Amino acid sequence: MPHLRDPIARLDGVVKRYGRLTALDRVELCLRPGELLALLGPNGAGKTTAIGLLLGLIRADAGTVSLFGQDPQQLGARRRIGVMLQNAELPPTLRVGELLRLTASYYPAPRTLAETAELAGVIDLLKRPYAKLSGGQQRRVQFALALCGRPELLFLDEPTVGMDIEARQKLWAAIRQLLSEGCSVLLTTHYLEEAEALADRVCVMSRGRVIHESTVDALRARVALKRIRCISSVDAGVVGSWPSVSDAEQRQGRLHVTTAEAEAVVRRLLNADPQLSELEVQRAGLAEAFTELTRDAEQALPASQREVA
Amino acid sequence: METVVSIPLSRTGAPMSRRRVLGAYLAEMRSECLRYLRAPGFILPMTLFSTVFYLMFGVLLNHGEASRYLLASYGAFGIMGPGLFGFGVSLAIERDGGLLTLKRALPMPPGAYLLGKMVMAMIAATIVMVLLLLIGVSLAQVVLSWGQVLALLLTGMFGVLPFCALGMFVGTLLKGQGAPGLLNLVYLPMAFLSGLWLPLSMLPRVLQQVAPIWPSYHLNQLTQAAVGLNDGPLLGHVLVLIGFAAVFLLMAARRLRRHG
Repeated sequence: MPHLRDPIARLDGVVKRYGRLTALDRVELCLRPGELLALLGPNGAGKTTAIGLLLGLIRADAGTVSLFGQDPQQLGARRRIGVMLQNAELPPTLRVGELLRLTASYYPAPRTLAETAELAGVIDLLKRPYAKLSGGQQRRVQFALALCGRPELLFLDEPTVGMDIEARQKLWAAIRQLLSEGCSVLLTTHYLEEAEALADRVCVMSRGRVIHESTVDALRARVALKRIRCISSVDAGVVGSWPSVSDAEQRQGRLHVTTAEAEAVVRRLLNADPQLSELEVQRAGLAEAFTELTRDAEQALPASQREVA
Repeated sequence: METVVSIPLSRTGAPMSRRRVLGAYLAEMRSECLRYLRAPGFILPMTLFSTVFYLMFGVLLNHGEASRYLLASYGAFGIMGPGLFGFGVSLAIERDGGLLTLKRALPMPPGAYLLGKMVMAMIAATIVMVLLLLIGVSLAQVVLSWGQVLALLLTGMFGVLPFCALGMFVGTLLKGQGAPGLLNLVYLPMAFLSGLWLPLSMLPRVLQQVAPIWPSYHLNQLTQAAVGLNDGPLLGHVLVLIGFAAVFLLMAARRLRRHG
């Protein structure tokens, strides 16, 4: 029986090698309808290779790759996806409206030009040649191209690189709207706040392996670090030597401490410095959790392998 | 080995009507033509090379039957340009800039990309032929029948295709800005060795004997026939050009599939 929660995109035991380098090593990845999965990881982790396989751009050496239950090289499967890649130099002399019409022509039931322009926020750009746009505007146009075909699944590879804060917020709003319409999204990003703002699930990759897969909250909880900030005369080096403190430094006139036991550290700080002021305690963001995770994965490797990268 | 598991799905994508598939091909052709017709830096070198040469050697330095001969040989020279450069340079740049990767990821119908570039090259070759004809008839007073004019235009339109295949192959060999240099290294010596600049009879005997290995030699035989200067059989030349196109097309397609 077909099931609604059947994955729409899937890597199953996939291995991809480039010469002696193993870019993906028995990777499992599964995207279910309607969800946004964020693929995180440092450069060279294998994110782009994973996307390339799902788009049918490259072939796996082992394992299975499927997109809507088909080989991604089948045109029928790709007619249900939209794509925004990291770098694509679009024809410079074509106008934005012409680019949108061309891309929409590849799909069976695309959005109207007006609908696409509205959703992606490019109404004011339609008549302008692509080459005359700023970097952020070009990214917006590429996003418009990704959604113009009314796709069921959107691949967004680092979509907000080069965008200012306002443009990024607008793009997030557009992504949320697409999700609310039932579209699924596979997102790769360097910006952890982007994953925090949008993702249902995160998948952390490192050196060609999936090292963690969970909800955003579960990932954050996994590394139960807290951040303490205050103005204090206590020496950062001294605080750094206290038990359970993983990091301490003076930055912009403030003492920043990262620790798993905030209460104990705060008590000790207050004892050491009665003049302490502007105390703040925060749960660590995804960034800390992520750093911690990739560091663990790093340390788990034998030294010889660590140097190869 | 990779195998594809078919997972039953509750929904299937909307089918693509034949009309929409055709529309995608047309949209691709239209875009390809528009983008290059708007890029003078791309179009002008391709069209001016042969017309300026013809003005110098066919009009200023020669007249009469020599102008007729040179109309056909610079015609062949002019036809090669849009094929080699239109196809080769744009493919090399688009492979470099990631556009080809994006197009392969998008559901663009297979072949639309190549067909778009082919049509663009055919149009550019026709423009070159029209310019040369205008110069030949008005300035060099070459007398041509309408049938000869039509034959020359058709030779230009289809004669560009083998050079598209060669340009495409070169475009798969290297990426980005290196392509124009390499293409010139193919284009200019090949034109010279095929007798497009100087008649073959003025070249050393060895070069005359090896000339038939160049596709441009065969194209020149066709353009010469079009203006009435070659009474020999033409089928052989046509077949050589078709075979040449097929071989380079296959080699290029193979490289594109393997290396993207």
